[in-house]
Amino acid sequence: MSTASVPVPTALTRRKPPASVRRRRFLMAVANHSMLIVAAVVFLAPFGFIALTALMTNGQALSSHLWPNPFRWQNFVDVFHQAPIFRWALNTMIYACLATLGVVVSSIPVAYALSRIRWRGRNLAFGLVLIALMLPPVVSVVPLYVMWAKLGLVGGLGPLIIPNWFGDAFSIFLLRQFFMTIPEEYLDAARVDGCGELRILATVVLRLAKPAIAAVALFSFLYTFNDFFLPLLYTRENPSRWVLQIGLSEFRSLHQVQWNLTMAATLLVMAPVIIVFFLAQKAFVEGVTLTGVKG
Amino acid sequence: MASSAAATAQPLDRTRARRRAAWRRRRLVLLLMAPWLIGFSAFFGYPLVMSVYLSFTHYDLLSSPKWIGTANYRYLFTQDPQVGEAVKNTLWIIAVMVPLQVVFAFGVALMLARARRGVGFFRTIFYLPALAPPVAATLAFVYILNPATGPVNVLLKHLGIDGPLWFQSPSWSKPSLVLLGLWGVGNIMIIFLAAILDVPRHLYESAELDGAGPLQRLRWVTLPTISPVILFSVVIGVIAGLQYFTQAYVAANVASGQASQAGDQTVNNLGYPEASTLFYPVELYQHGFRYFNMGYASAMSVLLLVVAFTITVLIIRNSRRWVHYVGAAK
Repeated sequence: MSTASVPVPTALTRRKPPASVRRRRFLMAVANHSMLIVAAVVFLAPFGFIALTALMTNGQALSSHLWPNPFRWQNFVDVFHQAPIFRWALNTMIYACLATLGVVVSSIPVAYALSRIRWRGRNLAFGLVLIALMLPPVVSVVPLYVMWAKLGLVGGLGPLIIPNWFGDAFSIFLLRQFFMTIPEEYLDAARVDGCGELRILATVVLRLAKPAIAAVALFSFLYTFNDFFLPLLYTRENPSRWVLQIGLSEFRSLHQVQWNLTMAATLLVMAPVIIVFFLAQKAFVEGVTLTGVKG
Repeated sequence: MASSAAATAQPLDRTRARRRAAWRRRRLVLLLMAPWLIGFSAFFGYPLVMSVYLSFTHYDLLSSPKWIGTANYRYLFTQDPQVGEAVKNTLWIIAVMVPLQVVFAFGVALMLARARRGVGFFRTIFYLPALAPPVAATLAFVYILNPATGPVNVLLKHLGIDGPLWFQSPSWSKPSLVLLGLWGVGNIMIIFLAAILDVPRHLYESAELDGAGPLQRLRWVTLPTISPVILFSVVIGVIAGLQYFTQAYVAANVASGQASQAGDQTVNNLGYPEASTLFYPVELYQHGFRYFNMGYASAMSVLLLVVAFTITVLIIRNSRRWVHYVGAAK
């Protein structure tokens, strides 16, 4: 680019637009922002209604009042007396943590073999990963249930956790895409220093791929925390193994619980996800900026 | 180690060392790939083959599978009184929800892309509902839309409108689920926003020079440029629609509001009200895991697989006409 000739054209294009155009642009911006604010209020409204109802007395929740009067904070204590929420939360944590750990531990080596080591059949293997990614999970549910039933594991959390220790297609895909971006020089430098592939994976790659691994762990955690279908399939008959999502779905029918307490429970189940999101949002942004250095 | 030895040794030793290195390499790959190889065979290949086999049998988990030929498929296609309803409901939710979600997400993303201030703030707000656990979100909507005292109908009443029965009415239960789906549209919105912000400025500028107005620029610049992303979200949406389960299950369960005991087999709320939320996966779940007709449920899942595969291929084939890939991948 020629820096010398720049001033004249910019002076030409930067010329102030006529007043009518500026006014129209200003009005457009105002209209756009008003629409955004209206949309934001609509998007937030359900959260607001949940929170308000969670603070009502039962009578208020059944009336057409929208604003609690008085505020009944006691609801958040009562919720825990109505149902074994701690039990459910513990089961959820067992499921989410062990599954996430399994996904991370088992997917990293696979992604590494699929990205940084050359071997015959690698493309075929990667194609199979993509196919596994596209297939609707509902399709394989019946034979898997039969398999776990034969192994005597139906009713517990095993069938939910164990498959995660054998590589997860989405995580493998995501990690592989990230590993591909690591410059070969870093790995070569380690090889020259006499590192074996396993050492390279354990030191160089893992350190460079921290943001991607964090993302994979986060996605896996959110997915398992929110998961309803598999826990329903395997633990429906065994309430002592219920996770939060199953408990919440049965919460109202369990003891004919009132709406105000149901909404308090709903809020409690939503809270961890939203908190994790706000905590991890920063880590995400940091991760993205870190990956930007690669250029 | 091996290479330094080979450098000083005879050619024969060298080939042997090379062979040993190749073997070690293969062993390493095998070791790294092991978790996935086992997982892929046990949790993907095996169930796929077993599904096809079981679909030709009668199997109730108690006695061993009994071969009955194509009886399951014949019943599925010609006799099952409920499966027609389930297919209709599933087609309805896909035909209505997917386009609405795409248009809605595009509209919101467009507004966000044009905003001058507070983009991060608004983006977070629009994304939050997508994070909410589906069970919690569904429960919240069943309450918010409850006909008598739900906030939405109360607000509508202030406007002089008698709100519908929402989840209690067979004709409004699916639209209620669509509202729930639109609320949780954040994922698509984020993808669209990134795509819109990625449209090269010079395309807009040259369109403007050619005298294109804002709407024309949207039609002839923005839409074609982000069409691969639209295709992606349509494919994902259709596949998700074919598997639509959690929201339908929870909504029917909660809205029916019967005093069903936990794990009680006798009370069946699936599809409430009047089978209007009985989607194909719900029907599959009912046959497989309430009635334990594993053979029949397998036949249903094989059909689902074939349909999902066909639809994906068809969409991607037809997309050549309207999807433009600009330049190569970065």
